[in-house]
Amino acid sequence: MIEVTDLRRVYGGGFEAVRGIDFSVRRGEVFALLGTNGAGKTSTVELLEGLAAPAGGRVRVLGHDPYTERAAVRPRTGVMLQEGGFPSELTVAETARMWAGCVSGARPPAEVLALVGLESKLGTRVKQLSGGQRRRLDLALALLGDPEVLFLDEPSTGLDAEGRRDTWELVSALRDGGTTVLLTTHYLEEAENLADRLAIMHEGRIAVTGTPAEVTAAQPSHISFELPAGYFVGDLPPLASLGVDGHEVHDRTVRLRTRELQRAATGLLVWAGQAGVELRRLDVRSASLEEAFLSIAKEVSASPAGPPADGTASRTKKEYAA
Amino acid sequence: MSATTTRASAPSTARGPASTPMSRMTALARAEMTLLGRNKGTLFAALFVPLVLPFSLRSASEQMDLAGAGLTVGTLILPAAIGFSLLFAVYSALVGVFVVRREELVLKRLRTGELRDGEILAGAAMPAVLSGLVQSVLLAVGCAALLDLGAPSAVHLSILGLLLGLVLCTALAAVTASFTRTGESAQVTPLPFMFVTMFGSGTVLPLELLPDRLASVCELLPLTPVITLVRGGWTGDLTGAETLGAVATAVAWTVLAVFAVRRRFRWEPRH
Repeated sequence: MIEVTDLRRVYGGGFEAVRGIDFSVRRGEVFALLGTNGAGKTSTVELLEGLAAPAGGRVRVLGHDPYTERAAVRPRTGVMLQEGGFPSELTVAETARMWAGCVSGARPPAEVLALVGLESKLGTRVKQLSGGQRRRLDLALALLGDPEVLFLDEPSTGLDAEGRRDTWELVSALRDGGTTVLLTTHYLEEAENLADRLAIMHEGRIAVTGTPAEVTAAQPSHISFELPAGYFVGDLPPLASLGVDGHEVHDRTVRLRTRELQRAATGLLVWAGQAGVELRRLDVRSASLEEAFLSIAKEVSASPAGPPADGTASRTKKEYAA
Repeated sequence: MSATTTRASAPSTARGPASTPMSRMTALARAEMTLLGRNKGTLFAALFVPLVLPFSLRSASEQMDLAGAGLTVGTLILPAAIGFSLLFAVYSALVGVFVVRREELVLKRLRTGELRDGEILAGAAMPAVLSGLVQSVLLAVGCAALLDLGAPSAVHLSILGLLLGLVLCTALAAVTASFTRTGESAQVTPLPFMFVTMFGSGTVLPLELLPDRLASVCELLPLTPVITLVRGGWTGDLTGAETLGAVATAVAWTVLAVFAVRRRFRWEPRH
């Protein structure tokens, strides 16, 4: 449904926001682009939406170029921009009616507004809506044409916990109905919950891509605990024999890194049981997307990886490292 | 995903028809009309000023040698009134509309949908264009009744002039909006063109009263042919060559403006 090959985007000032990325999204799949602010997520999505022409590479949405073949693509896509885009003096109902007139095969506006929980706000002016309500209005309009491909740029930013869960349920239901969804987010939990596959972007490149399980599986797990009084790290069983790759000690808190969580935890607990000591504040945790995310951000900025960067790029990198 | 696949959250059976350029522009124009009705400032400037301002010309007209130029109070004031309508109700109002919608990200939002770029600008411009049209007709009727203007001798020229004026003012408003950054600056950026038109295009001061050399330069200004055609429709003293020249000038400016909009129009705020 979406194919991206060596995609690049360069802004007027010469800043290269997207630096050659590849990915594809299959029919009925939820694909998340994850990254910190400025990673290039929105710049990428705008190219997929056909709002701008790429500086290089190729985009295909539903088999067409979304920029040059706008008329072929737009009736089949729905777009939720990162922010607003509604006249502040129109009411919710007027905004939806306006958009419905611009969409082929529009669903009744009231029905879509009810879907996002705005049915009680029909007569309210857009300027009086909360940030979360505006996000939901935007989502409703993206759904008006019953799109085959849905682009959601940070759909749950500004929503409270309940609104976020409602949005997730809605997106899952759409996916189950066959809609292909590409979303950007900086909430790791959102990507973990919603995405069938994801790509973590960093400084205009894709650092890693795969299912949430694949991405986290590449990361180590952690065990942390407080050293019992009178014990030192050297008193623990040999760490390598437990399958531990590395450790850190802060004050009396030990943090072990391992790719064999069960073996390491068992070894540690058996030792503690035999030694008759209590491991206070014991925390055993398998790798999470968050760790994957943070370690990627760290690795990529530390190493001069990839093709030689231009002046702007190397400067941002230095700032990042500092 | 086949057409028969049921959508979990889309149980609706009622679906609208495929959108057409007309349906899209109408939907947009309707929303814009609602917004115009809610913006009292623009509404006042657009509706009140053009209806009242021209009549202040009446006292000034006493110092002009109208008869020597083959003009009457009526053929002075009516083209002036239509010129003011084009400047205030259409041109200046639309600069504001285009800039504010861009800054609100409305234009960017609209561009994510099926609307084409031209449809967005035309749809958003429609209420202002309509109000300019209605105003001009009312002014013509009013002037005919109050100023002893009489019936036009070549009404088709006036109509042609008015239509060219509406299109040209819309295109020029989009050009002006291209280099206007904020809603506040949209109060200022239309002024130069408005002054030039008032004094150079025969709106306030008929070209017939200007020195010949100056007049022939002023004939090339964008709205001069519009005023010339409107006035010529009443006086009936435009030659074929003059008419053709005026139409050619107006069309040339329109083509130039449309070209500039295609190249330069900004659809998103600068970052």
